[in-house]
Amino acid sequence: MSNAPVTARPIEELESVVIRFVGDSGDGMQLTGTEFSKAVAKAGHGFVTHPDYPSEIRAPTGTLYGVSGYQIQYSAGQVFTSGDAPDVLVAMNPAALKTNLPDVKRGGILIVNNSAFTPGNLEKAKYESNPLTDGSLQGYRLYPIDISALTASALQDSGLGKKEVGMCKNYFSLGLMMCLYNRPVDKEIGDIEKKFAKKPQIAAANITALRAGYAYAEATEMFAVSYQMRESAVKPGKYRSISGNTATALGFVAASELSGVPLFIGSYPITPATEILQELSGLKHFNVTSFQAEDEIAGICSTIGAAYGGALGLTTTSGPGMALKTEAMGLATILEIPMVIVDVQRAGPCTGIPTKTEQSDLLQAVYGRNGECPIPVIAANSPADCFDAALEASRIAVKYMTPVILLTEGGIGQATEPWLIPDVASLPKMEVKYRTDPKDFKPYARDENLARAWVRPGTPGMEHRIGGLEKDFLTGNISSEPLNHQRMCETRAAKVAGIAKDFPPLKVEGPAQGELLMIGWGSTYGSIAKAWQEANAAGKSVAFVHLRHLNPMPADLGDIIGRYKKILVPETNLGQLSKLLRERYLRDVIQLNKVQGKPLRVTEIYDRILELC
Amino acid sequence: MMNMTAENTIQNLTKKDFESGLDVRWCPGCGDYAVLSQITKLMPKLGIPRENYAFVSGIGCSSRFPYYVNTYGLHTIHGRAPAIASGLKLSRPELSVWVVTGDGDALAIGGNHFIHAIRRNMGLKIILLNNRIYGLTKGQYSPTSELGKKTKTTPLGNIDRPFSPVALALGAGATFVARAIDGDQAMMATILERAAKHEGTAFVEVLQNCVVFNDGAFDRLTDKATRDDTRLVLEHGKPLIFGKERNKGIRLNGMDTEVVTIGENGVTAADILVHNENAAHSGLAFSLGQFEAPDFPMPFGVFRSVDKPSYQELSRQLSESARASRGRGELAKLLNSGETWTIK
Ligand code: SF4
Repeated sequence: MSNAPVTARPIEELESVVIRFVGDSGDGMQLTGTEFSKAVAKAGHGFVTHPDYPSEIRAPTGTLYGVSGYQIQYSAGQVFTSGDAPDVLVAMNPAALKTNLPDVKRGGILIVNNSAFTPGNLEKAKYESNPLTDGSLQGYRLYPIDISALTASALQDSGLGKKEVGMCKNYFSLGLMMCLYNRPVDKEIGDIEKKFAKKPQIAAANITALRAGYAYAEATEMFAVSYQMRESAVKPGKYRSISGNTATALGFVAASELSGVPLFIGSYPITPATEILQELSGLKHFNVTSFQAEDEIAGICSTIGAAYGGALGLTTTSGPGMALKTEAMGLATILEIPMVIVDVQRAGPCTGIPTKTEQSDLLQAVYGRNGECPIPVIAANSPADCFDAALEASRIAVKYMTPVILLTEGGIGQATEPWLIPDVASLPKMEVKYRTDPKDFKPYARDENLARAWVRPGTPGMEHRIGGLEKDFLTGNISSEPLNHQRMCETRAAKVAGIAKDFPPLKVEGPAQGELLMIGWGSTYGSIAKAWQEANAAGKSVAFVHLRHLNPMPADLGDIIGRYKKILVPETNLGQLSKLLRERYLRDVIQLNKVQGKPLRVTEIYDRILELC
Repeated sequence: MMNMTAENTIQNLTKKDFESGLDVRWCPGCGDYAVLSQITKLMPKLGIPRENYAFVSGIGCSSRFPYYVNTYGLHTIHGRAPAIASGLKLSRPELSVWVVTGDGDALAIGGNHFIHAIRRNMGLKIILLNNRIYGLTKGQYSPTSELGKKTKTTPLGNIDRPFSPVALALGAGATFVARAIDGDQAMMATILERAAKHEGTAFVEVLQNCVVFNDGAFDRLTDKATRDDTRLVLEHGKPLIFGKERNKGIRLNGMDTEVVTIGENGVTAADILVHNENAAHSGLAFSLGQFEAPDFPMPFGVFRSVDKPSYQELSRQLSESARASRGRGELAKLLNSGETWTIK
């Protein structure tokens, strides 16, 4: 059996392709998708992935709500998003087909696990007749394959039980896809051996299933053509595949290493942020202390204690946890100590849809506290960008002695993309000095950035007491004096507003003035950039700018906004950035909102552009 | 972690050096003064440089404490002091970190942090000033207020069953648990000193009289006329005997404890339980922790003191062994880890 990509079939060159793997939560679709993305990465293609799974760990099999998916877009050129409509859908059962078919491109390829289309499963998926045979899929290129049965027969001598054999079908489908996209399977085999090193029998079975899938596709000539991605044009350098949550964790380790300040993470597990805590818990050979607290409040409170003690404080959470941390954020603000709160946003309100992505905590981040409580807010716009965003959040925190909120999203935190690994020497310097000179020390005396000094307990001669009560402008002693309170509120606000002086000028893509400007933040970057590119290619005069800093806003944004007739703000919420922009700039903006727990599609933005100019 | 005690200020410090000089704003006659006085008296004796002390508190009358000691201090938010202090201790294990809290702060709003700090055996000294009432909000009942008590929010009498801070701490697995009372400063001094030297979580409940909202709550425990009959002083290795005549004691009856009189009903001194702070299990201490008037005397002293590794020490060991086995982390190596590929 040959596994070299030698084939008599015609090879079609592709610019980019979107593939979605869907099945039951237990079908291993996340694994199939991840493995496929690795194969793509090794070929040097750009890609973006989007895992999409239910909140239940193992929902009942065959149900519509138990469907788990993994989408990847890969391309010869730059990839902005995980793609709108899949060109190929690999569906392991009727429920998976039913829930995902509406997204698939008309004329797209459907690879379907025939064996799972039993009357029982069809009923669970609420199909009245079998879609594979009733002609309803005529508009697609349908490949019904007995994946379960073929995997079982390939493994009949493996000595494995029925359940284990069943679990190998994801590798069979991976084999099919490797054949269709002309990827060699050899490298994958090495990976499987490594992955299942402790279970050689399972490794062997998965390898057999993978080869069987590949061979089946090849031998049956089921695909009339095979596809080959055009030679890639991505920037040269060393890459790795990275998820947003891992990139966030690494960014904070980098901040700690660059500043020489120990990193302390105090967090409580919460979807979709948990991986950051997990990642950092395994990095104790760095100057990292991790603490799984008893609840969200203890997560931020332990972090405040550690930051008071001289560590770079980090607490990670998602929306509901953010709400619980609110009071402590006020404490960090009034204490003026450096720490970062990472909110990996998910669909809300309340528990909402934990595993689905959304950008709906922006107003909570900017405003959601009692009293006048300004906190800088920044956002990451892609998985790899989380690294830079974490560095920037840390830089602001230690320079201005302030808590900082870093907003990422479930759709960023758990998605992966290739990351051009930075050279450590090229990373921004971060200088931190604890004050040790007791001469004329006043706890709330400020430097030119309005930041107070960071004094670690243990420093002789500087013992002082501070807290959550309003304090005197200089000594930090309790003060309820009316004018002092106003002065403190104004000073805290001025300090945060002053951070904007560090921001580089905004990068406006497209014409410097004209008809339409799009303003985005966070994960919508990919869709907006792609839609902008397509609109430009279609000769539309449209510009776009993407915001890293949401509080304070960049000083040049007002001027930029003034140069366009219309402003379009696409976001996955009901218009939170739109509200902020109206309030700050007294300019009306056009909203483009989606709150479905899913990313905005390129076409959704593109269509809106066409309506507007 | 760096120890910045080179130019330390251990030498010749006195109580005065630990007083911040800020006006103390507790009501005149408040039991909190006694605790402040004993702690500031103790600190110069411990051989710890002044700058290595940190006091952390939450909200309530007792939580004003850090402002009055001339050390590092954090007055934080309601109930969260144990969590904040845990982060401080964990990142700076060389500091002597004290939490001063009250019955509302530690047991109502902050109950979760309280039990988990204790469970972890985090090296904090937690001093709980229990006045069985809410003082700062002016007289509502607390989780330690007696059943039937009339307060502003229980005008018809309290139906909210109280619990014992000592029993709660023991239930959470505490390695050091003691009880003192504001009116007996000598005993408080001994207990605080032992707490200060305990490596893991040291929990001390101090019964503290709130002269404004719950005055006299502990009179029977402090009055010369009654206190010998209402108090049981715990001493390691000594029988649990009390009473003016020193003829009452605690005996085990099956799995339960009971008060007996020596010389009555055939009870002899040999029947009386001997106090053991270091018992393998905290069952008997837990039983003592639930003693309440009028059926039982109120125990004072150290209920339990056992050596178990502290959280901060275990955390330090984890980091040390991670560095020993993997080498000190290198950023470039970390960024380049996982599967990488190169595009030319
Ligand atoms: S209200 Fe009670 S507890 Fe508070 S300071 Fe006054 S006497 Fe002390």
